[in-house]
Amino acid sequence: MTLKALFAASATTALLLALPASAAELTIGFSQIGSESGWRAAETSVSKQEAAKRKVNLKIADAQQKQENQIKAIRSFIAQNVDAIFLAPVVSTGWDSVLKEAKEAKIPVVLLDRDIDPSGKELYLTAVTSDSVHEGAVAGDWLAKTVGTKPCNIVELQGTVGASVAANRKKGFDTAIAKHANLKVVRSQTGDFTRAKGKEVMESFIKAEGGGKNICAVYAHNDDMMVGAIQAMKEAGLKPGKDILTVSIDAVPDIFKAMVAGEANATVELTPNMAGPAFDAVAAFKEKGTVPPKWIQTESRLLTAADNPQKEYDSKKGLGY
Amino acid sequence: MTALLPRRGLAQILALIVILAVDRVVSPQFFDLRLQDGRLFGSLIDVLNRGTPVALLSLGMVLVIATRGIDLSVGAVMAICGAIAASLADSHSLPVVLAAALGAGLVCGLWNGFLVAVLGMQPIVATLILMVAGRGIAQLITEGRIVTFSSPDLVWLGNGSVLGLPVPVVIALGMLILTGAVVRGSALGLLIEATGGNARASELSGVGTRAMILSVYVWCGVCAALAGVIAAADIMGADANNAGLWLELDAILAVVIGGTSLFGGRFSLVLAVLGALIIQTMNTGILLSGYPPEFNLLVKAVVVLAVLLLQSPKLSGFAGIAARLRRTKA
Repeated sequence: MTLKALFAASATTALLLALPASAAELTIGFSQIGSESGWRAAETSVSKQEAAKRKVNLKIADAQQKQENQIKAIRSFIAQNVDAIFLAPVVSTGWDSVLKEAKEAKIPVVLLDRDIDPSGKELYLTAVTSDSVHEGAVAGDWLAKTVGTKPCNIVELQGTVGASVAANRKKGFDTAIAKHANLKVVRSQTGDFTRAKGKEVMESFIKAEGGGKNICAVYAHNDDMMVGAIQAMKEAGLKPGKDILTVSIDAVPDIFKAMVAGEANATVELTPNMAGPAFDAVAAFKEKGTVPPKWIQTESRLLTAADNPQKEYDSKKGLGY
Repeated sequence: MTALLPRRGLAQILALIVILAVDRVVSPQFFDLRLQDGRLFGSLIDVLNRGTPVALLSLGMVLVIATRGIDLSVGAVMAICGAIAASLADSHSLPVVLAAALGAGLVCGLWNGFLVAVLGMQPIVATLILMVAGRGIAQLITEGRIVTFSSPDLVWLGNGSVLGLPVPVVIALGMLILTGAVVRGSALGLLIEATGGNARASELSGVGTRAMILSVYVWCGVCAALAGVIAAADIMGADANNAGLWLELDAILAVVIGGTSLFGGRFSLVLAVLGALIIQTMNTGILLSGYPPEFNLLVKAVVVLAVLLLQSPKLSGFAGIAARLRRTKA
């Protein structure tokens, strides 16, 4: 190879490098919280799938539930001059200085799944989250529609006391059923979002309500507690899904298994696909300069036994839930 | 005031009766029992069944505490062993599953015992290591998911019944009798108490204190493993994030309610199990009461305080002085 050819080759490479990355080849850094739950694992897998669909080069940094790791990851993304940064914030405060650095570097930041405190609103492009009050309302509306005008005593399995998701899902449900005088929450107790506690609390509800005869429906703030409650009902000789209606939130694979067996009626999906809408918002912003709204609400789909639960199960079981 | 001071066990039995009476008030059907699919069904059975994991943990914990130690890792060991049992359940027979899970508990106990007895670490620090790391190990085994299984043999361990009683209750009863027979049927219990009372003096008088300490941690690990297997069998799945979470504290509380001193030197197996039942009777009562969940922990704290005050020698001393004063005035 002559010296001339070598020069030519390196010049071409330099030219290629200098070209701005085309819109189809965005590089996005994603600071994920860590593997705190099955849903979180599913969010990571779905983000990768959505990125592959759009030919986005997605770099995921696992923060192992530590804010300092997330801040480090964001700084490193800024240093790599990525096109956008996704952040699933582990806490709601303490982001101001690092988000300012991103803003100065003109790198848009999109929040996924969780919001940060109000003082930082101008520091990020948009937040893609679910509305947990709305999730509770979807569950309540389904129950009201299904029960009709019959009187219905509901027992509620709450999430962890003090968790904002639990408070919101309770609020949404309560508001939805308040319009119907025949629906009443007769017992409400925390099941800590776990199967074991959901089962234990449901056992006590059954004993306290005449062996379950006075219970018409169970509302659980997440599917895991409902899976425990379904076991408790079966052990008490009741038929969940028939004697007692069930509605819960999250749409994890195991609730669809219960639906296929006719033991669960409905669930409201907390979609693991937060990244998809975020990719679209960033692409539109980069290409056309469209500024997205400050909050992109994800859809809270209602899924019942009529919505092919077997298919839902098959599509979700490999996601890491 | 002799009623407050007297033979061991009276305070605990009194406390249990009072809490049962309160449960009867908040829930009129508390003592109702009926047969459902060949097993007894009622709140009392729930108390026994749900109290099983902590009762099993307290059986191991009470021996550790008798040697003046403590084991903070039992909750994490539950999570590890539950995860192992759930992962193997559908591909292996029950004996293999049990051997693997209990074996893992034994290894965890050996690790704790090695740190304390051989390396001379403070028990609270030594077991803190496994408390933190253990949950991570359990998460590695389950890959962060809830591992479910359908093996009827393992499910039976959590949900089956023997003569109407839930299998977990029968297992706990069996473990109580076995542990009691081993430590009280021989000089072992005395040697454990001697180790906790004064390790140096015991060593000098020929007690193998190192072996004593090592073996109580091993037993504690095995008990925790059994509790973990039962907890997994109960929900037909292993939840590494939540299985046994904070149960080490309930186990220590059960031991303390049972009148065993954290300074070691003496212990009672039966009263530790009774302590576990007192805690569960209270928990079940709270669930049945229908109070908002925000009160759960508050009620629990007040009741525990009352039970411990009932046992406090100082308070009984004050009561004695007051009685004497009244008598002299009269």
